[in-house]
Amino acid sequence: MSVKIIKAGIADSIQDAGRYGYQHLGINPTGAMDKYAMQVANALVGNKMNEAVIELHFPASVFLFMQPALIAIGGANFSASINGEPVPHLHCITVNKNDVMQFQQPLNGARSYLSVRGGFLIKKWLDSNSTNLKANAGGFNGRSLQKGDEIVFNDASNYSSKLKGEEYKILPWSADIKFEEEATEILVLPGNEWERLTDSSKNNFTNIPFSIAKKSDRMGYQLLNNPLNVIVNDELVSTAVCFGTIQLLPDGKLVVLMADHQTTGGYPRIAHVIAAHHYKIAQKKAGDSILFRFTDHLTAENLLIKQQQHLIQLQNACNFKLNEYLTHE
Amino acid sequence: MNNTDLSYRIISLGDTAITIDFGNCIDIEINKTVLKFFSSLQQQPLTGMIEVVPAYSSVTIYYEVISIKKIIAVGTTAFDWMKEKIIERLRQPIDEAENISRHVKIPVCYENEFATDIIYVAEKKKLTVDEIINIHSAPQYNVYMLGFLPGFAYMGQLDEKIEMPRKPQPENTLPGSVGIAGRQTGIYSLHSPGGWYIIGRTPIKLFDADKEEPTLLRAGDIVKFYSITKMEFEKIAATQ
Repeated sequence: MSVKIIKAGIADSIQDAGRYGYQHLGINPTGAMDKYAMQVANALVGNKMNEAVIELHFPASVFLFMQPALIAIGGANFSASINGEPVPHLHCITVNKNDVMQFQQPLNGARSYLSVRGGFLIKKWLDSNSTNLKANAGGFNGRSLQKGDEIVFNDASNYSSKLKGEEYKILPWSADIKFEEEATEILVLPGNEWERLTDSSKNNFTNIPFSIAKKSDRMGYQLLNNPLNVIVNDELVSTAVCFGTIQLLPDGKLVVLMADHQTTGGYPRIAHVIAAHHYKIAQKKAGDSILFRFTDHLTAENLLIKQQQHLIQLQNACNFKLNEYLTHE
Repeated sequence: MNNTDLSYRIISLGDTAITIDFGNCIDIEINKTVLKFFSSLQQQPLTGMIEVVPAYSSVTIYYEVISIKKIIAVGTTAFDWMKEKIIERLRQPIDEAENISRHVKIPVCYENEFATDIIYVAEKKKLTVDEIINIHSAPQYNVYMLGFLPGFAYMGQLDEKIEMPRKPQPENTLPGSVGIAGRQTGIYSLHSPGGWYIIGRTPIKLFDADKEEPTLLRAGDIVKFYSITKMEFEKIAATQ
């Protein structure tokens, strides 16, 4: 019960919700960039929400299924195909032995998530399956997936009877991922050093869209902004930082910390992307532009609750449909 | 510890974390308070706490918004609730934790092959290389915090006689490299870009993912460096 990589993508890795409880040792949480998409992909196949998935970047890996399996793809739409035929995004799909899955072209977003029912049989490192690329630990041998890697599934069920000889079967329901009006803005909360900015820099922060620089990856996004200016420039001693922390670099440029961020930093914290909007920023890529807008804690927390409620509804609906499919058909 | 004159500020770090800042400075007494508060929170976590991270003069608590929202009134925030719980906790005396400091001796080879910047530092500071080695290996250093890389320990206080700024551009730095910056010294635990001047290398692994406790050092440890030859370095490296 496994899937084999027959061609490596540029940066595909095993990720889950992240590794918490070790940041005091400098061990960063890592985890999926877009946790919401990861959770949707898991819900579709009836997994626990935070089961490990494969995070894909375009060009993505080419996969060969060694046995039938129940899979789904969430997050960015990279035009998945099975044996050359396009298959829909956000659907549960029963794949057959020897099916080849590849990704033809990115239609939207930056990161796609491949989930497999039951998850992957991988030894956890410090309570998590996330790959820590810096520490070369966790996930699949602590690194990005390479040609020849074979990832074993936890689930040993045989789905061949469901296929009735067909190459694959697309299950007819799909995940509705719209839980809030699609707004272009990314909501932020002010950071502790926000007040250090000059008035004109403050205005620029929320009025001008920022373009994401080429030098952007799982660690952080550099923004192509006109340098922001500060009134005070006292040195800060290092403190803990977060996914979504927007730091002001000495040259006036901004950087948004992402999943592989360091645990601590000493640059001014201008703002923080709210947790409910991590998924939005995680799906941005170099060249995309983003507009920040301030919100408050109550709004931020309520959005997170709304997102969670949506996921639970999705999970319940998927489990209901899946049980029907697996027991009756 | 008497908390009555404990001064601190509570800072929002986005909507999932909160920082308690005891003074934005590098000060051993403040850091001791930080580490006591850190270990008290580890021993008795606040409801909804995911983890806690100490730094030089601050403690950051990461919290679980969704589980806290379930137990608080509608219209109130997990942030305000957490803030209140922190203030309550800081009103109580912070228990003197059992001595968490461990004494760790770390061998360092200061020979040129490893100490890629030691001659530059000697020139800048108008000292001999031997003087740099003596100054660097004389004190006992406190590990203030871990950060930057898995297992990277920020240690102080470095003698001001060898105080250096950061390099203008980070350079490729090998694991085990012993660097100095400002009044701090630290050891690169992994291969990484590094902005500190490198004056030696230890054969000891600072980070080992296969160990149950993957980092050699913890915040609160007391470190003493001792100088070794290249031959001794190779010998120890072979055992790692």
